[in-house]
Amino acid sequence: MASESQIRRGADGGVRLELAPEERTLLRELAADLRLLLQEEPADPALRRLFPLAHDDEALERDFRELTRGGLVSGRELSLDLIVETADRETLTAEEADGWLRALNDARLVLGTRLDVQEDVDWDELDGQTLRGQQLALYAYLSWIQEQLVEAM
Amino acid sequence: MSTILAPGDVEVADPLGDEEHEHDRPWVVIVWNDPINLMSYVTLVFQKLFGYSLEHATRLMLEVHNDGKSVVSAGTQEKAELDVARLHAYGLWATMQRD
Repeated sequence: MASESQIRRGADGGVRLELAPEERTLLRELAADLRLLLQEEPADPALRRLFPLAHDDEALERDFRELTRGGLVSGRELSLDLIVETADRETLTAEEADGWLRALNDARLVLGTRLDVQEDVDWDELDGQTLRGQQLALYAYLSWIQEQLVEAM
Repeated sequence: MSTILAPGDVEVADPLGDEEHEHDRPWVVIVWNDPINLMSYVTLVFQKLFGYSLEHATRLMLEVHNDGKSVVSAGTQEKAELDVARLHAYGLWATMQRD
């Protein structure tokens, strides 16, 4: 993993993506996977973190969910589709960069929930031989990309 | 965040930066700490969604990080629900309750 920044500030609030082809492939596949999960396994426990409760009160929460769930799901689908469609681009507009930001964060939330990560990740577990080690490496990579994207915006 | 008025008047402290009267904003929106969202990201989201300055957004983010939660906006039930939904769209752990 290169330590040099690969996402830079672009023109008019947009960003420039200087990512390797394999990184673009990884991000596109990850976004497509998460898109599929949202569509086909909406009850997956790892997805719960994407839709937290707003209210303690059950009736208020039910109303809130009825009002907001559809928009929150379609917004997530749109931003994941955006990564699939723009993963090979050199530049993103400010609006596209915002979609990337949300989609990458969704991927980190789902992966981080699955891995039950805490504030202090035990990087000794980052072992390419185990599934958990591989997923932690992916989580670390996404965090690094996300941090760069935030800085570039 | 406070305004010193003429002698005899009260000092007005309005940490939420809007001028609605207390009874007009009976709901508060709370963002809770979580181990996944990056500190820089949370700060950016507060700036984007609420138009807060970098300084104010950073202070709220640090409150979330250090104290476990922070009140980030307030208003009518309708406004609070809209704010919570916008925060959920960005993956922040937000809830609302009566002030």
